[in-house]
Amino acid sequence: MGIHRGHKARPGEWLAEKFIFLVSLSAILMVLLIFLFVAREALPVFLGQTDTALVQKPIPPAEMDKHSPAELQAYLELTPEQYAKMDKATLRTLMDVKVEAQDDVPEAFRNDPDAHINTTEWQYLVQSHKWSGYDKPEYIWQPVGEIKKFNIIPLFVGTLKVTLIGLLFAVPLAVGAAIYVSQLARPRAREIIKPAIELLSGIPSVVVGVFALLVMATVLQSIFHYQTRLNAFVAGIALGFAVIPVIFSIAEDALTSVPRAYTQGALALGASRWQTAWQIVLPAALPGVFAAAVLGFGRAIGETMIVLMVCSASVMSWSIFDSARSITTTIAAEMAEAVNGGPHYRILFMLGALLFAATFISNMIGDFVIHRFKLKLEGKR
Amino acid sequence: MAEILTPKLTPPEASTATASIGAPLIEIEDVSLYYGASKALKNISLKLDEKVVTAFIGPSGCGKSTLLRCLNRMNDLIDNVRIDGAIKIGGHNIYDGNVDVIELRKRVGMVFQKSNPFPKSVYENVAYGLRLHGVKAKSDLDARIEECLRASALWDEVKDRLHSSALGLSGGQQQRLCIARAIAIKPEVILMDEPASALDPIATARIEDLILDLKKEFTIVIVTHNMQQAARISDQTAFFYIGELVEFGATGKIFTNPSQKRTEDYVSGRFG
Amino acid sequence: MNTLTPSEYLPEKSSDTARLTRNFRAEKFDFWSFFFSGLTGLATLFILGILATILLNIIINGWSAISWHFVSTIPKKDFFDANTTGVLPMIVGTAFRVIVMTIFVIPVGVITAIYLTEYAANTSIITRIIRAAVNNLAGVPSIVFGLFGLGFFINFVGKNMDKLLHNSSAVWGQPALIWASLTLAVMTLPVVIVATEESLKAIPAGLREASLALGATKLETILKIVLPQALPGIMTGGILAVSRAAGEVAPILFTGVAYYMASLPGHLSDQFMDLGYHVFVLSTQSPNIEQTRPILYATVLVLLMLTFALNIVAILIRARVRKKLRALG
Repeated sequence: MGIHRGHKARPGEWLAEKFIFLVSLSAILMVLLIFLFVAREALPVFLGQTDTALVQKPIPPAEMDKHSPAELQAYLELTPEQYAKMDKATLRTLMDVKVEAQDDVPEAFRNDPDAHINTTEWQYLVQSHKWSGYDKPEYIWQPVGEIKKFNIIPLFVGTLKVTLIGLLFAVPLAVGAAIYVSQLARPRAREIIKPAIELLSGIPSVVVGVFALLVMATVLQSIFHYQTRLNAFVAGIALGFAVIPVIFSIAEDALTSVPRAYTQGALALGASRWQTAWQIVLPAALPGVFAAAVLGFGRAIGETMIVLMVCSASVMSWSIFDSARSITTTIAAEMAEAVNGGPHYRILFMLGALLFAATFISNMIGDFVIHRFKLKLEGKR
Repeated sequence: MAEILTPKLTPPEASTATASIGAPLIEIEDVSLYYGASKALKNISLKLDEKVVTAFIGPSGCGKSTLLRCLNRMNDLIDNVRIDGAIKIGGHNIYDGNVDVIELRKRVGMVFQKSNPFPKSVYENVAYGLRLHGVKAKSDLDARIEECLRASALWDEVKDRLHSSALGLSGGQQQRLCIARAIAIKPEVILMDEPASALDPIATARIEDLILDLKKEFTIVIVTHNMQQAARISDQTAFFYIGELVEFGATGKIFTNPSQKRTEDYVSGRFG
Repeated sequence: MNTLTPSEYLPEKSSDTARLTRNFRAEKFDFWSFFFSGLTGLATLFILGILATILLNIIINGWSAISWHFVSTIPKKDFFDANTTGVLPMIVGTAFRVIVMTIFVIPVGVITAIYLTEYAANTSIITRIIRAAVNNLAGVPSIVFGLFGLGFFINFVGKNMDKLLHNSSAVWGQPALIWASLTLAVMTLPVVIVATEESLKAIPAGLREASLALGATKLETILKIVLPQALPGIMTGGILAVSRAAGEVAPILFTGVAYYMASLPGHLSDQFMDLGYHVFVLSTQSPNIEQTRPILYATVLVLLMLTFALNIVAILIRARVRKKLRALG
């Protein structure tokens, strides 16, 4: 709170204070805007307003007047502004175009049951479906072609694969190093090692991606002898590299904020440094270390470039030695080709909104746990 | 419309109390101060004379610093503080609704217990207050700064290093710089909150000499926990105990022949 | 009596001293302590090793491929010919977007930090919401920022700007330098706020009190005493924001970066090329990875050097300001 003003504000100062306050609200505004505008583009999918069925029953232009403007507008896929600008003749022409488009649908598809499905309905987004040409129900994400398949499960699986590998690799290393640096190493060593590890976080993820692509992929393949050179395993390990500094920082902070009194009490009783660290300090710092892992998780699911550079195919497979596509890489790779306003575009935004919600929640949890942890250390709980 | 204190503060009438030397400039009338619900100052009434040194003494926590900070409304900076009663300086109640506190602090300066020079040069430290209140011309600044540094017995020591950092001075020099900074804007009253408590005996002696010098021009109120210091430099002394004013009078009388038993116990060291 | 007489416990011979002190050494060697301490030490070493490997790999491979020609040429459309390619437009693009970002993020971040440190009541609900918002901004994935840039800046602000200015074709309603920079500014806002807050909190309250006691207003105190003292910390925040933003590719994918531009970006509505994006393009779209390898490494090295150089310049400025504040002022 700095210091109270302690005097009546003169008009210039009062204005300045109000201005400062308003600018500070911008942080809240940003978060709201992010959520709003990402969700806005995705809203039609949530509301069930998109329809990608290839074969649709067209509304005959002759029956134009039997339908409400809202229905016509949705049918013609126009925004309210565009619809308002058009006169009846233009609308009629558009409807004719729609009828023709139905005639253009290739014969082969006419009889395909898949052509009649609105593939953006929820059941097709999350449940497996037996598509024509496949033997059994599959989860497929394939937004190109005549019949677009938007099942998001492969993307979730891909994200999970890569993230879990990354965390399994990063958490033990980062927490181990945090224990070493904060409890076991000499103070001088701490001063050098801590900034060095934080330097790792300064390396851009594209650079880590290049390293993974050119060096790590080959090295790991020669160690593990799997089929596909560029797979989820490599991507996961590289992701781990990127996440280690985050987990290390927070865990090290948590371990260091455990009061010295605990450590000295244990040492005075004859415990070794390791016993003190493992039996006294780590349990006391556990909430903070847990929060570090949670925040690392949030960072990992949000990482884009590393996985984008290492993996490319979208394969629905639980095997970590196959390729994988995560939610973030899908958005990054496909947005450029998605028609602005089309169903593919909207589903990508929907994925973005889900991602935002997921990291929002994991960050709230992480921050909350750290907050309670700090209060506990100060004896307020 | 902010009413500012009149440029020349004239005391209303000569006090009839035998303890007065000049005429009362500061009148503290039935002042009580509350931190939240707890009453830290209990109905203090006191008249302080012009151009004398008044010492506030008493054991720790008796409220002497709190009362001092009321005199330039520095207590306004703290949350949850409520003040009842009136404090009149030159006849005007400084807790009145339309008093401009900025002007008040120009007239009533303060020196703190821990010297707090700004991390700027010696010159800039003294110039800061001057610039705040409108002195801009370099020649005016130079002249005034030299005058204040001389008055603080610091000029000879810093004249060759006016533009080097104030943080490079010794503790005693920093405190004298803070005094120079405070007198630069020509206040009528200087409040000093244990100004020498963090200094060694030699530096303390120099500050005390300085105070004796300054009282020719300024009214000084000094809080001190060092009774010998109060005896050395003050003309009037007020003794406080747990938020109450116990006794007030000429320093000589307080230390040799106090009227209250508690005063006598304190000055003879029976409790502290 | 069990007490020893002096002649009994004081050593007569030096070998007795050895016997006494030996009793203070550990009775047995604690294997598990040693093992686990070693394990965590190895973890630390491994992490440092990764860091060193990445850096060395890039420096060694990139150094031989870098040349003055490389950094000063505007390449033709074929990026994969090592003889004719260059990265000048990428350097310029990266630098421009980072500079424009700084212009926006520093004022907003510093003002917010001033509010949080000097004015806000810590328990008020608005303050808690602002802090929560800052923390959340810090955790948003970079690709979501890209979507935000597309959905808000380009599709909303830009398109409406075009409408207001009666532009016949999309000028602002499409990917542009300004939108990419603004997106990055939103992304790095928390960094600047946290760094500025730290430096404001480090200033002792005594300085503020002294200023107020001299008759300064609170605003004057902040502007004349507190902010100048906090300047090194603010610069640190700026440095961190810049080095983070220079390496980010995901937020600029849809908001302004282009695969190929014939000329350098000259206007805020232009698209631009970017070092990080170029690295991505080279790695994933190269027809012959062996041939592209040196170009790739060289580009990565240029990116690291640019980030490094930006850091160094800012650190130097910060050290100068610190020295000035301390000695002269």
